[in-house]
Amino acid sequence: MPNLLEIKNLRIEATSYPPGEPPCEVVLVDDVSVSVEKGRVLGLIGESGAGKSTIGLSAMAFGRGGVRLTGGQILLGGRDIRGASATALRSLRGREVTYVAQSAAAAFNPAKRLMEQVIETSLHHGVMSRPEAEARAVELFRKLGLPNPETFGTRYPHQVSGGQLQRAMTAMALCPKPDLVIFDEPTTALDVTTQIDVLVAIKAAIRDTGVAALYITHDLAVVAQVADDILVLRGGKKVEYGTTDQIINTPQQPYTQALVSVRSIDHVEKSDAPAVLSVANVTARYKGTSFDVLKNVTVDLPPGQTLAVVGESGSGKSTLARVITGLLPAANGRITFAGRQLSPDLASRSKDDLRELQMIYQMADTAMNPRQTVGTIIGRPLEFYFGLKGEAKRKRIQDLLEQIEMGAGFIDRYPAELSGGQKQRVCIARALAAKPKLIICDEVTSALDPLVADGILKLLLDLQAREGVAYLFITHDLATVRAIADRIAVMYRGQVVRYGSKTDVLTPPFDDYTDLLLSSVPEMKLGWLEDVLKTRKMESAGN
Amino acid sequence: MHPVVTLVAQRIALGLLLLLAVSVLIFLGTEALPGDTAQAILGQSATPEALANLRAELGLDQPALTRYFGWLGGILTGDLGVALTNGMEISSELGKRLGNTLFLAFWAAVISVPLAIILGLVAARYVGRWPDKLISGVTLSTISLPEFVVGYILLFFLGVKWQIFPPMAMAFPGMGLFERLYTVMLPVLVLVLVVLAHMMRMTRAAILNVMQSAYIETAELKGLSPMTVIARHALPNAIAPVVNVVMLNLAYLVVGVVVVEVVFAYNGVGQYLVDHVAKRDLPVVQAVGMVFAAVYIGLNILADVISILANPRLRHPK
Amino acid sequence: MRRIPLSAIIGMILTGAFILSALLADFIAPYGMAEVVGDVWEPISADHWFGTDTIGRDMLTRMIYGGQTTILVAAAATMISFGTGSVFGFLAATMGGWIDQAMSRFVDLLMAIPSLILALVILSVMPATLTTLILVMGFLDATRVFRLSRAVAVDITVMDYVEAARLRGEGWRWIIFREILPNALSPLVAELGLRFIFAVLFISTLSFLGLGVQPPLADWGGIVKENSAGLVYGKSAALIPAFAIAALAISVNLVADWVLSRTTSLKGGRGA
Repeated sequence: MPNLLEIKNLRIEATSYPPGEPPCEVVLVDDVSVSVEKGRVLGLIGESGAGKSTIGLSAMAFGRGGVRLTGGQILLGGRDIRGASATALRSLRGREVTYVAQSAAAAFNPAKRLMEQVIETSLHHGVMSRPEAEARAVELFRKLGLPNPETFGTRYPHQVSGGQLQRAMTAMALCPKPDLVIFDEPTTALDVTTQIDVLVAIKAAIRDTGVAALYITHDLAVVAQVADDILVLRGGKKVEYGTTDQIINTPQQPYTQALVSVRSIDHVEKSDAPAVLSVANVTARYKGTSFDVLKNVTVDLPPGQTLAVVGESGSGKSTLARVITGLLPAANGRITFAGRQLSPDLASRSKDDLRELQMIYQMADTAMNPRQTVGTIIGRPLEFYFGLKGEAKRKRIQDLLEQIEMGAGFIDRYPAELSGGQKQRVCIARALAAKPKLIICDEVTSALDPLVADGILKLLLDLQAREGVAYLFITHDLATVRAIADRIAVMYRGQVVRYGSKTDVLTPPFDDYTDLLLSSVPEMKLGWLEDVLKTRKMESAGN
Repeated sequence: MHPVVTLVAQRIALGLLLLLAVSVLIFLGTEALPGDTAQAILGQSATPEALANLRAELGLDQPALTRYFGWLGGILTGDLGVALTNGMEISSELGKRLGNTLFLAFWAAVISVPLAIILGLVAARYVGRWPDKLISGVTLSTISLPEFVVGYILLFFLGVKWQIFPPMAMAFPGMGLFERLYTVMLPVLVLVLVVLAHMMRMTRAAILNVMQSAYIETAELKGLSPMTVIARHALPNAIAPVVNVVMLNLAYLVVGVVVVEVVFAYNGVGQYLVDHVAKRDLPVVQAVGMVFAAVYIGLNILADVISILANPRLRHPK
Repeated sequence: MRRIPLSAIIGMILTGAFILSALLADFIAPYGMAEVVGDVWEPISADHWFGTDTIGRDMLTRMIYGGQTTILVAAAATMISFGTGSVFGFLAATMGGWIDQAMSRFVDLLMAIPSLILALVILSVMPATLTTLILVMGFLDATRVFRLSRAVAVDITVMDYVEAARLRGEGWRWIIFREILPNALSPLVAELGLRFIFAVLFISTLSFLGLGVQPPLADWGGIVKENSAGLVYGKSAALIPAFAIAALAISVNLVADWVLSRTTSLKGGRGA
């Protein structure tokens, strides 16, 4: 029996239109071959630009935005669908192969009820009658753990949560009983505790319906939980292809090995010491609201150490950063920094207060003025705080560029000419230029690919060892926390629910929320998902 | 109460407030600036006594606030006062001419709205290809032309050179509908051309915006035919922005009408306004200004209300 | 150096030619502005390249001086609208609070009435001098510049790099001139062209209605009006200034389009 999907020597190209330059051809995918048997799940993994989504959509012979499938074969059930007629493709899309998008919130039509959209393909392709399709949809809603499956379909997309929409989209894909489902980063946009529920639901649905699947993601730990085989991609080319067990436990290629060991930095926790920053009973609310976004927050950070503030979106962790920097003056409480009490309001802080407390942002793109060169960006704090000028300033900028492992050649470049990792490094240099005692790092690695993020974390640890600067590290990613923290504060709905040294916080017994959060972080091992479900104490808020 | 009702009520209330503010602006704008009506009527050489007499007669010696409320009350009760230049009732004159202007605007809308939507759809369907480039190119150049230039070009070629339509739009009472329509065909055409370009470009943009949404890709990946995708998934979401576009452009017609009526010597409100601005006949200018502002604001409110009604997030709250 | 598209080159050449002929009007005009040199509505000839007008003046001469007036008035009005609109727009965006509210609501009010109608209302009480016209047009159009520059500046002030500058302790001068302005410049420059076109169309329309530039001065709109009576008799003189208005508007548009397409898109929003 032939494989359900057999991709041979696939080549995919697109025309790129760089502004102000003549258009040029780019190869997105080059010489990639994979196969999927009936009822099995193939994981496609890689960084952004690796071509994983492009390959996934090629299983429907679909090229997004002018992407062309220019070579090789895409055999679906034995017939080559590359270059098939539009009519033939239409009868296959939504019938034999279906698709689950990354952002279900955008992928659902806002003007139509969920049920209409979920059963649309089944009716359109004549797979079943309306009552049958509706019954099957309700059944799928139930299987996917959606609330009130009987009436769920009467709602509009904006009336349900993101995690529920993602599951509804899975139901939509499974409803017409397809042979193959393409999951394109279905959990990436979700909070970590919601992600695990969606993951469980998807895995169960795949198992129960016996459908084959392509599972696309950038997170190897996630794909390890659902896939039978894994194809590792980089720059549109195959890196390694094997069973999940082989890829996770005995990776052959250096790139795969690096992916598997990502964020396994070994960081020995430092012992407690008198704090450089201490936040005491801080409460804050936004102007014109009566709701406290921070409630009675108390944390300490010793010099030269890292305090990780962990929580999901809406937990108040970024608000804490804004309160410490003075952008959002605290309503109550006291912030002591380097032995001085900080005024709550930014405008009334001294120049030294400002200098010694620096900040690095999540999006390095928007954190640098696109009209300034790297030299100006790093040089301004030198000029502003220390009055450095001319050669002395240039010398210091070069030193800083060396420190962030970039070299003096970058001094006249503009941010647009840098890669994502380089941009973040320049932001780090700008913060270092002020010779700060404390740097607040707001999700500084979450917009980066795993290996690049790893490089940034190592650099930060390095600089801490050399310069003795303290970090307040805000993140939703517990793996990052393990890698760099000395102390941890877990935040939930504006409150610190658990706080202490890294060892204390990560050692049981846990409170319910910390347990949920810790257990939701996918681990790079097979069978982790099943283990977690047995030991969990609290349901996630996404339900 | 349903939140949509509240929103719509708020929007209408805001519009009425705006209209009130506009009435203050128009009144102040004409009263606070140098020179007054009495001076305008009698001219620079008038004696102080004559001026004082006329001011008393016109009520100009009253405080501004009193006069404003008198004027506003008049507007609300349909009494717009009398024209300074000929002493005629403004209301009756305006009413007659308003009918003529609305006739012009109505037919311009009847022709331009479906045409703009069809052209917009075609351009969006063939985006980047020749039909789109042709339509976009032609409309881009008409956007750069002031109304009176389009007017004279059509008048010269269609009206005089080739004599397809009458060059002057003289409508008489007792004319049949078709005869009347034929008479005003040139000004109608000009208005159509002027408003068509904007309307078509905005329609195209609104439809393209919808067509680039992720849910359209979802529909394509469901194996639906292009027509089904458009009819079932694009249209329900495109109607609101397109209707909005139409309303905004009908409001734009208000400006076009003023110029076009002058070009074709058409007996409408626009001509009435322009004539009396030249004669500095303030009561007429104020009254007609308020009428234009009211129509303009009214259409804008209507556009907003339709957007509110068509938004599924507002119609079906959580 | 990037390649400049053909349309932009054509636009620049034409725009340049119009401006040059306006500047050099006294030197290149073959006859006097008010000089009657021939019969009424003479056709095109070697002596009169564009024929003669409604009372026998040379059309080419009238066109050159008319262009001078049109471009002068439009340029002056654009300068006023741009100066006031962008300064107040930036102020509203950076100050925020009640100042922003007050300015924005006032602009909403002015924009609730079509500018032509509002201009007519104002011109019914103001003396019709060039200064009045320029001021009225400039201030009415400033509302649009205000909205655009406020929106652009608001987009930029929420960027992390502006926040970073505030956290560093920078004063408002550095923030406005070094962080915001360089990033706001390109959309504003493109807008400058569009505002100029609008001013050309606006003054032409006003003059055409007889409420703009008054005789003996004449701009293109006024020349259309003077000669419009001839159209019914098949005398096409009025179409010459009409086409000139269109040509100027289109050529500036072509340049503005090009500037706009070169504008790097602003990356929106701050990371959550």
